[in-house]
Amino acid sequence: MDDLYAFLIGPALWVAFIVFLGGLCLRVAFLYGLSKDRDKVIYNHADMSWGVRSIFHWLIPWGSVSMRNQPVFTLMFFLFHICLFAVPLFLLAHNMMWQEAFGISLPSMSDGTADILTIVFLVSFVFLLARRMVRPEVRILTTAWDYTLLLLTGIPFVTGFLAYHQVGDYKTLLILHILFAELLLIVIPFSKLAHIILFFFSRAFIGFEFGGRRGARTW
Amino acid sequence: MNDVLEKPVDTHKIREILNANDGARIKTWLSICSRCGLCAESCFFYLTNNRDPRFSPAYKFKSTLAEMYRRKGNVDRDFLRKCYDIIWGECTTCRRCSMYCPFGIDIATMISTARTVCQSQGVVPDGLERTSVNYRETGNQMGMSTDDFLDTCSWMEEETGEELTGLTIPIDKKGAKYMYCLNAREPMYYPQDIGMAAKIFTVAEEDWTMSSTGWEATNLAMYAGDRALAGQVVKNMYEKAVELGVQNIAITECGHAFRSAAFEGPYFAGYAGGKPPVAVVHSVQLFYEYLRDGRIKIDPDKMLTEPVTYQDPCNVSRNGGLWEEGRKLTAFLAKDFREMTPNREHNHCCGGGGGFIPMGPEFKKRRMISGRLKADQIRATGAKIVIAPCHNCYDQINDLNKEYNLGVKVLSFKEIICETMIVPDKFKPVEGDDEE
Ligand code: SF4
Ligand code: SF4
Repeated sequence: MDDLYAFLIGPALWVAFIVFLGGLCLRVAFLYGLSKDRDKVIYNHADMSWGVRSIFHWLIPWGSVSMRNQPVFTLMFFLFHICLFAVPLFLLAHNMMWQEAFGISLPSMSDGTADILTIVFLVSFVFLLARRMVRPEVRILTTAWDYTLLLLTGIPFVTGFLAYHQVGDYKTLLILHILFAELLLIVIPFSKLAHIILFFFSRAFIGFEFGGRRGARTW
Repeated sequence: MNDVLEKPVDTHKIREILNANDGARIKTWLSICSRCGLCAESCFFYLTNNRDPRFSPAYKFKSTLAEMYRRKGNVDRDFLRKCYDIIWGECTTCRRCSMYCPFGIDIATMISTARTVCQSQGVVPDGLERTSVNYRETGNQMGMSTDDFLDTCSWMEEETGEELTGLTIPIDKKGAKYMYCLNAREPMYYPQDIGMAAKIFTVAEEDWTMSSTGWEATNLAMYAGDRALAGQVVKNMYEKAVELGVQNIAITECGHAFRSAAFEGPYFAGYAGGKPPVAVVHSVQLFYEYLRDGRIKIDPDKMLTEPVTYQDPCNVSRNGGLWEEGRKLTAFLAKDFREMTPNREHNHCCGGGGGFIPMGPEFKKRRMISGRLKADQIRATGAKIVIAPCHNCYDQINDLNKEYNLGVKVLSFKEIICETMIVPDKFKPVEGDDEE
């Protein structure tokens, strides 16, 4: 088990990060090349001011009509994304690991804060999962893969939380935690989760198309 | 269309279309849609069909274009038939949903692409196919011959000339400031629309012309998914404008004609840079400028006093950028203006767009169901007059008026301007000077 642990926080961690970052870069590079050839409409009407506003208004909570129409969902949606982003990056334990593995670290949050954010995350997670199952217009679109991806974001939080609080077998939980987190990183570039980066491109385009060409706000 | 249902599917051709469209945008949209369902509430089909999830925008592209890509083009007639119902019968390509999707996914573009695939297999509404035949033969959707068209123009010139001295309808005038392009329904069924436009241009002392060819501004081939033909249709207009050396193309009060001429046409016709070779303006813009600049003055005593509301045609407002011009123009003409909610670029489609009106009786029932939202919107304003600067909105709201007993009158800007403008003395026919 110790060997497995060492592998996971050693070579596997490197692989996960390389696949994650490299995969995203490759995907963006590929799409960029393709767009130069087949999506002239993007460049013909590019207008940075509209592109940036189209992105910005969807990055702030309730920044668009659509979000204001669904206030509770928006709240949960933002909590989900903020925690999903902040907890793994700024957790003290992670930062110690970053330091060890890559020689860099970020500012850390206290363990208490991380605990609260994890609980907030889990609440929003359950909300999104329930919404997927209950709301007909979401359920009809949902595939097994969508559930898998959602669970994949949740598992590292649950296992990490339990391990920290020493509920259950610490070593097993920790290994599961790292394993699933790495799996998630590897899956991101090749799934709809690539939206963490593609979001900016698709929003910029619709900003050009509606705003740049017609002065219409897409938020 | 029924006879083509027997023919084998040319999957090779389908693959070709799918590949040609498989660019960064469609790839991105299809892969990042998070199935969040946020777009559902934005679509009037969804809202008027008991929130049936099958009417949500994401479901519509997921079960059509996305499925075509998933199956790599290996689809059968049954599948295409199902797509037919969705892409023509449940979406007007109004593009409202794109404003409500977190990724700004352009669902209408994907539905249009699915239309192109179906069209390549002859799966296309009969009503649209009929206009395609006409476009091919005569360059206009009504199949009107050049002689008939020119006769109609000179007839209108004569008739309106009796009301306005000095009125002419110039044809093929070189170097004019505006080449005025029409919806072929006008010369065919509403020739007085041409007369009214001529009056407005005359009073505004505009340097304008009509053209003997390329005068058709509508482009139903765009809605039929026939991009090659759609390109030919706009090309006729662009090339005529270039040949005459006019400065602008002015489009009659028709929404999709403007979308085609100003935005999508250059792509269909393959013009580099995505811009038309000659600037394109819509009547709403032009008429607004006439009133703003005082080239046409409205008689305050003739202004509309009944409550008025304004229908933002999708392709004039959201997809044309002219929602404020439409309102400012209305303010010149009406004393009691009432907004629909939502409005401007967020307005809902009337239900007659995307080819729905020419798709005819086969689709009428759905059109009345989805139009209920517009009917409710109009009723809630308490307006007695609905201004609709688009032929499809105009027809649809007239149908809704009957179906839902709205008790409204639908008017175009031309009609109102002609009724309310002050005609300067120099254009007034001398009393008793009846030549005949
Ligand atoms: S384009 Fe309009 S009609 Fe089509 S799915 Fe979107 S909102 Fe509905
Ligand atoms: S709102 Fe956008 S991302 Fe969400 S389901 Fe609709 S198309 Fe997909």
